[in-house]
Amino acid sequence: MKTRVIKLLKRLATLALFVPALAAASEEVHLDKAPVSTEQKNLQHGAKLFVNYCLNCHGASLVRYNQLQKIGLDEKTITENLLFTGDKVGDMMTVALNREDAEAWFGTVPPDLSVIARAKGADYLYTYLRGFYQDKDRATGWNNVAFASVGMPHALWDRQGVQTLEEVIGENGHKENRLVLAKPGTRSEDEYRQDVADLVSFLVWMGEPNADSRKTIGIFVLIFLAGFYVLTHKLGKNYWKDIH
Amino acid sequence: MAGNSNYPKYQSDGSRLGGLLEWFDARFPLTSLWKAHLSEYYAPKNFNFWYFFGSVALVVLVIQVVTGIFLTMSYKPDGNLNAAGIPGAFAAVEYIMRDVAGGWFIRNMHSTGASAFFIVVYLHMFRGMLYGSYRKPRELIWIFGVLIFLCLMAEAFMGYLLPWGQMSYWGAQVILNLFSAIPVIGPDLSVLARGDYVVSDTTLNRFFAFHVIAVPLVLIGLVVAHVLALHETGSNNPDGVEIKKFKDEKGIPLDGIPFHPYYTIGHDLPAIVIFLFFFFAVVFYWPEGGGYFLEANNFLPADPMKTPNHIAPVWYFTPFYSMLRAMVWNFFWVIPAKLWGVIAMGGGVVILAFLPWLDRSPVKSIRYRGPIFKTLLTIFVIGFLILGYLGAQVPEYCFFGLSWLPGAVIAQIFTFYYFLFFLTMPYWSKIDKCKPVPERVTFK
Amino acid sequence: MSDQKVDSERRSLILATTAAGGVAVAAAAVPFVASLAPSERAKAAGAPVEADISQLKAGEKMVVKWRGKPVWILRRTKEMLESLAALKDSLADPDSEKPQQPEYATNPQRARPNPNPETSADGGDYLVVIGICTHLGCSPSDKPAEGNWQGGFLCPCHGSQFDLAGRVFKQQPAPTNLEVPPYKFLSATRILIGDDSGSSGEA
Repeated sequence: MKTRVIKLLKRLATLALFVPALAAASEEVHLDKAPVSTEQKNLQHGAKLFVNYCLNCHGASLVRYNQLQKIGLDEKTITENLLFTGDKVGDMMTVALNREDAEAWFGTVPPDLSVIARAKGADYLYTYLRGFYQDKDRATGWNNVAFASVGMPHALWDRQGVQTLEEVIGENGHKENRLVLAKPGTRSEDEYRQDVADLVSFLVWMGEPNADSRKTIGIFVLIFLAGFYVLTHKLGKNYWKDIH
Repeated sequence: MAGNSNYPKYQSDGSRLGGLLEWFDARFPLTSLWKAHLSEYYAPKNFNFWYFFGSVALVVLVIQVVTGIFLTMSYKPDGNLNAAGIPGAFAAVEYIMRDVAGGWFIRNMHSTGASAFFIVVYLHMFRGMLYGSYRKPRELIWIFGVLIFLCLMAEAFMGYLLPWGQMSYWGAQVILNLFSAIPVIGPDLSVLARGDYVVSDTTLNRFFAFHVIAVPLVLIGLVVAHVLALHETGSNNPDGVEIKKFKDEKGIPLDGIPFHPYYTIGHDLPAIVIFLFFFFAVVFYWPEGGGYFLEANNFLPADPMKTPNHIAPVWYFTPFYSMLRAMVWNFFWVIPAKLWGVIAMGGGVVILAFLPWLDRSPVKSIRYRGPIFKTLLTIFVIGFLILGYLGAQVPEYCFFGLSWLPGAVIAQIFTFYYFLFFLTMPYWSKIDKCKPVPERVTFK
Repeated sequence: MSDQKVDSERRSLILATTAAGGVAVAAAAVPFVASLAPSERAKAAGAPVEADISQLKAGEKMVVKWRGKPVWILRRTKEMLESLAALKDSLADPDSEKPQQPEYATNPQRARPNPNPETSADGGDYLVVIGICTHLGCSPSDKPAEGNWQGGFLCPCHGSQFDLAGRVFKQQPAPTNLEVPPYKFLSATRILIGDDSGSSGEA
């Protein structure tokens, strides 16, 4: 009897060992955890990168420039540094790129990025923006580890430099693909990682600009309700003492 | 309304307010309504935790109606692309989330409210099954309840199209195509429901009309009917015994207590506050509900040219969606699997309405039911939850990634069990070994 | 209820619960009422607008849209400006005592001094008013000079009449003069409507 139980336990243990392996096999891409920040310094840096590198092709047409005041930029700074000429500070962050042209050039219209962080998740964006590598087989010359056959060329390549995908023998003896920096960019690896982290933080902020007030107000509501419960519970008890 | 004339009219105490009340009461059944439904509606005194969810459902209904009215003021059902290439309806929701003061709060309440409604209603229905609340003489209350559940599903389904994201769009596309499974008229019916050859701006506009006025009107009417029917027969209770059997000399049930204030304030109010605590915890700190309340893919604008890789309905539909997917055989040669799927999905809800006649047990409450019921009900609940879980997964899902635990087959087993549970109930409910039921309710 | 007399604990609990519940309902109403106010979009659309007045000849009027309302810019001739003083007795508020204009337009011309020395020496020839009747909100039409009438505006809805400084005549349905919006001259040829911050009027 006892041996049978042990046998069963052993079998279960092997099973448990297999489960993660099988689960990993079905998983497509490993996503790095994005260090999302809500610090104004990071968000402002992200906003600057976004306007300079993304907004040429991607719109954020659900966001108003003057909403950037919420991350600590004043109207004057926004007007002078971030606005395209002719735009007003109350305008939406739309893109000048013509939709038909975009479709002809990239094969697809670059998606609007207003709520992209809520659709794709910060981790995906953080991995994606660091996952571009050179690929001769692609028309644009670029491919991506998080998004195979990506239509977008690497917009931040001058900062990151050029990566290639090399096959190496990993620690466990298996072959695996690894990104290797073939030609450095204007930023060091750590600096670029911080660039992307800030950009992703900004995208997360932009996905829900009111998330901050949501979290601030919420705590008061919950504390009130907890207190209110004590009151109503006492009142209820008081009524029910009549019932026997 | 147990006869308006049964209650004496309000007599003024001489004060100005009293005079006004007397004037009003002489022309409107104010006191009689108040007494019949609240202060002199006698409910069993042994209600427990499970009896909160009726009142809580009413609170959620109010939340949904009020937030819905305010959302309607800023939302536009527009499926066409704006100058920036975003569909008008999608942009309108983000307009509410960003540009309208307090808009994010109202919208989060409404989207959380939808899920909360189903959580509460599922628990409320489960209570009915636990204590046999559907049994004679309360069959009609139960049937009104099933109709409310159907309305709620229609309301949620149509409401989910309005944000006009990818999940909205493709969810509507799939469900509306179910009509096409109906023989002969199906394909035409499907087009008629959409008002177009695909889900389009036209579909969005009619869904909006149904969601904001047509279905809510029916829903509120049914809720009133549900409560009126309940107050005609009186409430069931965890012992499943009739409190009307034992009355005092004034005709008041010995085990009954006035609904107001003992249940309104004494029982339901604290429960509602607890509910609101969890509700607002989600509204403020977890509005996406882990991707189940607001799905990630629904933050991508609807694109009729591209289906998302994984499309699943919102969590509250998933048990029935599993039943739809479970049907893969062309039974009886003539009836195709697609039609069987639709029959299973619809039948899964409709069969609930027959519960009062399927259950032949001599007792109502689980407290006095035998082991057969307890076992089968437990499996039923587990099965329903597993169906719900599987409905949210891809069709080729396997439990723990094990190929010998394929989700599709398990869904088929539990779909089969779901129907078997109901269809064989007349048999096993009768032979179950029940315990003796007390004459009066057990209290404390 | 068993006792006629409500015990004191219950009374104070009812009071506290009602008070807290009332506070909760009032607080919950705040976002709902706030959502009725002009949204960020409406505010952005209501942002100050610039008008180029370089092409406007003496005696001509142009209309610009600000906050969805018509704002008139009338460049008055010397004769028009001179005629204003003579109307004093027939106007309801000739000296603009009612607060229908900013401080800098509380003068006989109801206008800021014009910074362009070429067009006028003493300024005030550009009238900037909101073209909405102060009676019930219709937009008055131009009524050119004819006979005794020295020129002005007539509201088509209920017949209120205004002079060339937007002042209402006596015994008219409209209670007050036309409203002068905040504005400033950005240069001799550009006016900013909706914003008068940081300018003394001299520009």
